Amino acid sequence: MSGAPLIEVKDLGVRLNTSRGPAQAVRGVNFALRRGETLGLVGESGCGKSVTALALMGLLPESAVISGSIRFDGAELVGLPDAAYCKLRGNRISMIFQEPMTALNPMHTIGHQVAEPLLRHAGISAAEARQEAIALLDRVGLPDAAKRVDAYPHQFSGGQRQRITIAMALACQPDVLIADEPTTALDVTIQGQILDLIAGLVEERGMSMILISHDLGVIAENVNRMMVMYGGTVVESGATDAVFTRMGHPYTQGLFRARPRLGARKGTRLKTIAGTVPELADLPAGCTFADRCAIVEARCRAALPAVVDVGAAHGVRCIRTDVSMAAGGSIA
Amino acid sequence: MSAPLTASAATSAIAPGARPVTGFWRRALRHRSFVLGAVLSLIVLGAALLSLVWTPWSATDIDIASKLRPPSAAHWLGTDVLGRDIVSLLLVGARSTILVGVIAVGIGLSFGVCLGLVAAARKGWTEELIMRMSDFTFAFPAVLSAIMLAAVAGPGMVTSITAIGIFQIPTFVRVTRGSANAIWAREFVLAARAAGKGSFRITIEHVLPNILSILIVQATIQFALAILAEAALSYLGLGTQPPQPSWGRMLNDAQTLLFQSPMLAVYPGAAIAIAVLGLNLLGDGLRDLLDPRLARER
Repeated sequence: MSGAPLIEVKDLGVRLNTSRGPAQAVRGVNFALRRGETLGLVGESGCGKSVTALALMGLLPESAVISGSIRFDGAELVGLPDAAYCKLRGNRISMIFQEPMTALNPMHTIGHQVAEPLLRHAGISAAEARQEAIALLDRVGLPDAAKRVDAYPHQFSGGQRQRITIAMALACQPDVLIADEPTTALDVTIQGQILDLIAGLVEERGMSMILISHDLGVIAENVNRMMVMYGGTVVESGATDAVFTRMGHPYTQGLFRARPRLGARKGTRLKTIAGTVPELADLPAGCTFADRCAIVEARCRAALPAVVDVGAAHGVRCIRTDVSMAAGGSIA
Repeated sequence: MSAPLTASAATSAIAPGARPVTGFWRRALRHRSFVLGAVLSLIVLGAALLSLVWTPWSATDIDIASKLRPPSAAHWLGTDVLGRDIVSLLLVGARSTILVGVIAVGIGLSFGVCLGLVAAARKGWTEELIMRMSDFTFAFPAVLSAIMLAAVAGPGMVTSITAIGIFQIPTFVRVTRGSANAIWAREFVLAARAAGKGSFRITIEHVLPNILSILIVQATIQFALAILAEAALSYLGLGTQPPQPSWGRMLNDAQTLLFQSPMLAVYPGAAIAIAVLGLNLLGDGLRDLLDPRLARER
């Protein structure tokens, strides 16, 4: 976990053109990811997690306006022509998607789909690619991989399909794996297996990983560092342990309180965060969380708060950390 | 019934390599409408091929003395108003029917699908240009473009085929672009892009196979429409020129004698119906057979 960062994102901003006008989906996102490091992105739906991931992959719609800088292994990715991006995607940066049911092409056999990136990037023969595909499918725990390599996606269950998409993503031994809610569409019992598989593969191959989830539990168990996103900005970032023990942002604290707890007394209501996520097309000038925050002040609404360091590499985008962290301590 | 089917699907999934061919034909022979469609289409094709080497009588010989004969041992389906043998006319007419259908649909399919795929892949002003141009072409009915072409090149089979073909392009553009757009929005296309594929490869490997079944069904419908359009153009004197027989011209000729000998209209009408029905069933069957998701249910 040393040396120059593999991915370095500086002041990333993404503006999407929606039917309701331009929407600032992401703004002021900064992070660095070293080789072998794992980073979690957590937040509600529409907070900019997936848009950040798609910006890294260069897969945003053409109408999207990207500002700031994304450097991968020293090379700038923002403004990179598509042909050059195609050489990176699937080869050095790979992605696993949320919906295994729709992420596979129903018309091709799974062997064909897993072998495809190999044929494209690794420059090996079809027979070698097929053998490699079988080995990969075997590695991701698909039973009878050699026999089922010529089966079609509809002949597999959701968990098996996610294993297949993982095999596809890993085919070319990428440096970075982006997993966008890889277990959200799966049964709880399968979720753990898939996450363990991903974690095992990441460790085994020395990959870096960006894991996107709305599930704090998933984040807590699977990544070294985490970023909490809200309204298109990172409101808190730091080592996973540090963020969980010393939650600095009122939103992080709210997320933490809102999770169901084992052993809670029967009839205990789940806590919620009052209000709803702000419209990205119509973001407030100040702190995006202001309208839902319990300790909001007038100056919170004046301008987007700067990131305050509250510990070693632990930043919080809040000007009232003195109050929030005093209160946060008592809650946790 | 379902038990042996699933068993065969399972064994075919296990045997690599050999699977696509044997599995396809095994399923094809079980698919009732595919078999019926194939048989009807082969009858039409067989008739056209047979007419090249043998017809009971010459299709162009006029024998006014034996006009409008009822079916007999010599003339199996009787004779028309000029004393020509109906069976021979139908056999030779199958040729022009198949020619018109295949070539006109071929023109529409090749140009229309390419343009539609480009429109879906490129978006923006390219898509806008292609779609407005196809709207423009669509505004002229086949008959009108045939008349225009006939004015330039003279009436005849080539003119009518070209006119029908051009008329079919916008239909294919629209169907292709519409269904391709739906595929482009699917997650596996995003996954393919994430795997580093460019829009050309995605179009060939992901979009085209997934809209193929729609295109096949559309092509069979268009084939039927082309036959009907050829009949309509022949009827107006713009299509196949006498003495070359065509089913459309036979219908046209029969029209004036509808009350004296209605069967003259029934024969070519039935022939057109058989060709159209056969192709539609064949197209439906192909759609089912080419979709791996439906493979097991058959």
